Amino acid sequence: MSDSIFQFITLDLFPLLAATLASLVCALLGNYLVLRRQSMMGDAISHAVLPGLVVAFLITQQRLPIPMFLGAAVAGLVTVILIELVRKLGRVEPGAAMGVVFSVLFAFGVLLLSSDRMRSVDLDADCVLHGVLEGLTLNLPHDTPHTWGGIFSLSNLAHIPRPVVTLLVVLLISSTCVAILFKEFRLAAFDPALATAQGFRAGALHMLLMALVAAATVASFEAVGSILVIAMLICPPAAARLLTDRLNTQIWASLVLALTSAVSGYASAIYIPSAMGRDSVSVAGSIAVASGLILALAALFAPTHGVLARTLRQKRLTREIALDDLLAMLYRAKEIEAEPLSVASLGFAAEPRTLAIARQADLIALANDRVTLTPSGLDRARNLVRTHRLWETYLVDEAGLAPDHVHDIAEKLEHTNLTPPDAEHDPHGRRIPSE
Amino acid sequence: MLLGLAAGLVGVLALMRKRSLMADTLSHASLPGIALAFILATTLGVNAKSLPLLMTGAAITGVLGVLAVQWLKTRTRLKEDACLGAILSTFFGFGIVLLSIVQTMRAGNAAGLPRFIYGQTAAMLPADAILMSAIAGLSIVAVLLLSKEFAVVAFDDEFSLVQGWPVSRLDLAMMALIVLVTVSGLQAVGLILVVAMLIIPPVAARFWTDRLWLLFVLAACFGTLSGYLGSSISALFPGKPAGSVIVLTSGVLFLVSMIAAPRRGVVAGLVRRIRLRLRFEVDHVCEAAYERSLESDRPVLTHATLQDLTKTRGLDPFTRAAVATALRTRHYVRSTPAGLEPTPAALARGARVYRNHRLWEQYLITHADIAPSHVDWSVDQVEHVLSADLIRQLEDALGQDGIDLRTPTPTIGAAP
Repeated sequence: MSDSIFQFITLDLFPLLAATLASLVCALLGNYLVLRRQSMMGDAISHAVLPGLVVAFLITQQRLPIPMFLGAAVAGLVTVILIELVRKLGRVEPGAAMGVVFSVLFAFGVLLLSSDRMRSVDLDADCVLHGVLEGLTLNLPHDTPHTWGGIFSLSNLAHIPRPVVTLLVVLLISSTCVAILFKEFRLAAFDPALATAQGFRAGALHMLLMALVAAATVASFEAVGSILVIAMLICPPAAARLLTDRLNTQIWASLVLALTSAVSGYASAIYIPSAMGRDSVSVAGSIAVASGLILALAALFAPTHGVLARTLRQKRLTREIALDDLLAMLYRAKEIEAEPLSVASLGFAAEPRTLAIARQADLIALANDRVTLTPSGLDRARNLVRTHRLWETYLVDEAGLAPDHVHDIAEKLEHTNLTPPDAEHDPHGRRIPSE
Repeated sequence: MLLGLAAGLVGVLALMRKRSLMADTLSHASLPGIALAFILATTLGVNAKSLPLLMTGAAITGVLGVLAVQWLKTRTRLKEDACLGAILSTFFGFGIVLLSIVQTMRAGNAAGLPRFIYGQTAAMLPADAILMSAIAGLSIVAVLLLSKEFAVVAFDDEFSLVQGWPVSRLDLAMMALIVLVTVSGLQAVGLILVVAMLIIPPVAARFWTDRLWLLFVLAACFGTLSGYLGSSISALFPGKPAGSVIVLTSGVLFLVSMIAAPRRGVVAGLVRRIRLRLRFEVDHVCEAAYERSLESDRPVLTHATLQDLTKTRGLDPFTRAAVATALRTRHYVRSTPAGLEPTPAALARGARVYRNHRLWEQYLITHADIAPSHVDWSVDQVEHVLSADLIRQLEDALGQDGIDLRTPTPTIGAAP
């Protein structure tokens, strides 16, 4: 095995693994938070976990993993319950309730941290915010042979950084829960009332979800810090939500996106600065930025829900309607047997672009500044005018509107795919052209 | 203190517009601005620790963050919470990346920067304090000048838009004020806890009043009070971070408000509920006594029957005792050798309840088309709350003498 691979495995593999696992578990659970419009709950929990960690430490006087984990998990649940209490008992708006609870708890945590007994410990609020991902290297004994078998020998299993193991366990538990309760979670996320009516106990499911989020937060904490937790809970699921309408696909997509942002964020934090001859930057921060960029890309370029796709759709619709209006105008002029209209007399219906498109599609012909409909244009225009007049008839006969009020509504309806009932004459006494 | 005052005032605006968490996103988003300003200043050779410079940077990225949230919210189908969280974490992550760059910079005596995350009131220079006071003063003046406009927009933005108020510009002004207060609070309490200054005092004040001007006054008072108390307490214990003490103080104020506020508080609500419950139960006992008086001439409620009455309604012993006490203290029963005897007042009350019960029952049967077997159920609840006016209307609707108010509850098949 070459030295560079050995170096990668000892230095980078486990931080990368921790970041990836944390991203995966957070993204998995985040899907439901985003759907339930409770994304900020992740923010609240991850801030409020601080006092739990500190209290657990004060009680045990040691940095034992299990008490710390329990303390933080309890703090997370207490946060959820407190928020609910403040919201229900105090009738406070949910956002404000969250703000009150987590900021007070965080302040409490910071205050506890500053107490004298905590001075000597390296549990500072900074590591709560952005974690110590870089410290998760594989500390092998010096005499380890540089071979695959040497590194992954059984005796070295004990050297695997503990946060990685914790994360793996939490990921397994969460994905099992989600897999088993997929249907229940889905219903509870989209329609809690219906879920309760069907006997699912949406409230209990919600608490289970919150407990999982708290566990994921705590497990990710030591490795990646709270900021990355929030980013991972929200950004990949939000981006996935822009890409698909199916929950199943959304969850898988969010996992892929989480993986992508973890790897690319890690790479750009470590390798880009070192290529530029500088020290590496904060990995957790960089992964958060990567996930944010992925969300931005999804927001811009997602196929149906992206901003670009929407704008294009809108543009195309505008163009279609302009074309429709031009054709209908020409048809009406022809109907009253006027001379072919000149471009000038068409007014704003004859934008150069619309005219160009219509000519290109062989819908109109231009000769001596006169505009005439081609046979195919005539067909399309006749259908349009027919739909328009049918709608007018329908609106007067069935919806009881006054004949002079129906034009504008019909003007909109004629561009839709709906078919009005058949009729002979429109409310203004004009004959409705047959198809 | 002045910061507390200003934050209280501006926080009311945010609360009214349901934008409390916007401040959270804003303050997190200010971190990259601070770091960028620091890096820029260092590379240009300016004093990188000048507060106005860092605050400008913070304001710029903060506003960028808010704009990004608005863009995501209006242009995609993501809901507000997801937009807030996504922008918050991305910007803060970027800030942390920049901070880690700052820490490796050669000129980076960057020791001052992390204080923006947690705050450090004691480290403030007099000049900084003056700057912050100026900003706080400015926002106070702005809120006072525009309070009516803000109120209109806060309560019904669509109506005010139709009425020709410049809603989007007012919203912008409000955002600007929130930015100002957040940024000026950054150094004092830190960017995570400045949110608390914006959220907690207004929410606490909201428990005490429904009037907007009073809300402003109270929120400002709470803000000032927690600022003052918090910084004095932290001065007593050196080494305690002032920011968290201030936030905890306001948290205590919030808790007290939530529990003890006269109308919206938890205790008040509990008392109201218990009294209502007690009234219902007393009603029921009186009604039962009246029904017995129809059967025998001298109705006597022995202690045992009182217990029976309350037991059939599934009351716990505590409530039963409370009902018994209420009956005695209001002179609805008096003790006789034979047992407890309902007073005329009790019988009158019982008659009233009984009559309401029948009236409503009849109304439901004749006018609301409810199956007779279901009638009693809803009547039981509504009989207590019929207003005098409604009773008169019922009497008119049903015909004063058309109904014998003594008819027993109709059973299935007996409907008119």
